[in-house]
Amino acid sequence: MRKRWGWLEILAVVAAILVALNFYMGLIYAPDPSNLQTEVTRKAQHIFYYHMGMNVMAGLGMFTNFLASILYLITRRRFWDAVARSAAEIGVVFGIGVLVSGSLWARPTWNTWWTWDPRLTTATITVLLYAAYLMLRNAVEDPERQARFAGVYGIFAFLSVPITFMSIRLWRTIHPTVFGGGNPAAKGAFALGPHIRAAMQFSSITFMIVFFVFLALRVRVALLEERVNALRHHVDTRLSQGAEAEPIRR
Amino acid sequence: MFWSAVWAIFWKDVRAEFRTKDILTGMLVFAILAVLVFNFAFDLRVERPQAVIPGVMWVAIVFAGMLGLNRSFILEQDRGSLAGILLAPVDRSAIYAGKVLGNLVFMITVEVILLPVIVILFNVNVLMPSVLFFVLLGTVGFAIVGTIFSAIAVNTRAREVMLPVLLLPVMVPVLIAAVKGTAGILDGETLAEQMGALRLLIAFDVIFLGMAFLTFDFVLEETG
Repeated sequence: MRKRWGWLEILAVVAAILVALNFYMGLIYAPDPSNLQTEVTRKAQHIFYYHMGMNVMAGLGMFTNFLASILYLITRRRFWDAVARSAAEIGVVFGIGVLVSGSLWARPTWNTWWTWDPRLTTATITVLLYAAYLMLRNAVEDPERQARFAGVYGIFAFLSVPITFMSIRLWRTIHPTVFGGGNPAAKGAFALGPHIRAAMQFSSITFMIVFFVFLALRVRVALLEERVNALRHHVDTRLSQGAEAEPIRR
Repeated sequence: MFWSAVWAIFWKDVRAEFRTKDILTGMLVFAILAVLVFNFAFDLRVERPQAVIPGVMWVAIVFAGMLGLNRSFILEQDRGSLAGILLAPVDRSAIYAGKVLGNLVFMITVEVILLPVIVILFNVNVLMPSVLFFVLLGTVGFAIVGTIFSAIAVNTRAREVMLPVLLLPVMVPVLIAAVKGTAGILDGETLAEQMGALRLLIAFDVIFLGMAFLTFDFVLEETG
């Protein structure tokens, strides 16, 4: 690769600056929400600017995996398989981030690290789904077959997420709904002031850009990995042919 | 043509099974053992057994079903007969449908024996028509998704381990809706009161049956 500074490198630097700014926006610029009762819940609420951001990334990762899985099965282009795999990896890593940050917030706000709420349970099962997806990829050697199986599983996994959410809603929820629709049983909901809203939008956009940077970098690495494997395979076959040819010459 | 191929695959599986009875006896003994283990682990002499029994019943069904599903394609692969089936000039979806029917019949056979055993052991009457309806819908969903995942898992390393890892997270909605529905009925509610769970099971079955027919060709693309 001769070109050192393409659009992706520039976007990566922009993303890094945005992440740094996001610390300022989330921790300093955004005020403590006025309606929460105790000091500790008001401070803990600031984790939301990361909780939601990581949720945006995990969600985008899983949705991208779904689209790329369909596109791979239709077109059979290795590129879409690389996108699907990269997106699933981002989805799992940031899905775990969502669970951990949510847990840290829940401790002071709900007085417990964990509760079997529909959103929490769905998020956990979703992370497990994509962990299973990555395990499946790992357990199939042949790259073409691996991509095909993963494509099918990716579609099933994504479709099952909303059904899982609906099924768990057969129980009631205490998770706050930030956008639209109040939940009277919710605990820890906060009022949206203009500053909080601005910080939230800033964090969503930041994490979206971070997602695209991560995805593009990971896809690039995945495609390079494939090329290295293909070249290695080529060299191996040439070497083994050479080893066979020698005795005949003698 | 399509249905005769489906029937041929289904009948082959059933006949092969009735010659050895390996899978059926394995599933059945395992299901009953699972119920007994639950009894020891949780001491099920509780005040309201009907609150606990649906969970016990469904976990036994799911784990026993997993055993059967695992064998469904492993047998074909070990004997090299999958390649033979794939050479037949029939639609791949006919192979899938035949396999689903076979797995469904095996699971229902196990349930026919398991449910009366639960009635006897725990004195909870699970043999009500609306409970059986939930059992049927849940089992259908399980066979639909389980069969296609079994065809995937058989082609991976550590194939027996792969199936539960792939299947269980996708089966969560079926498990929840079936347990909720069964528990509601045992609590004296009518089928109409458990409409939410019922609708969910039907939606799951329809959506994933459609998806399985669309994607099964990709799973069995090459012979082997």
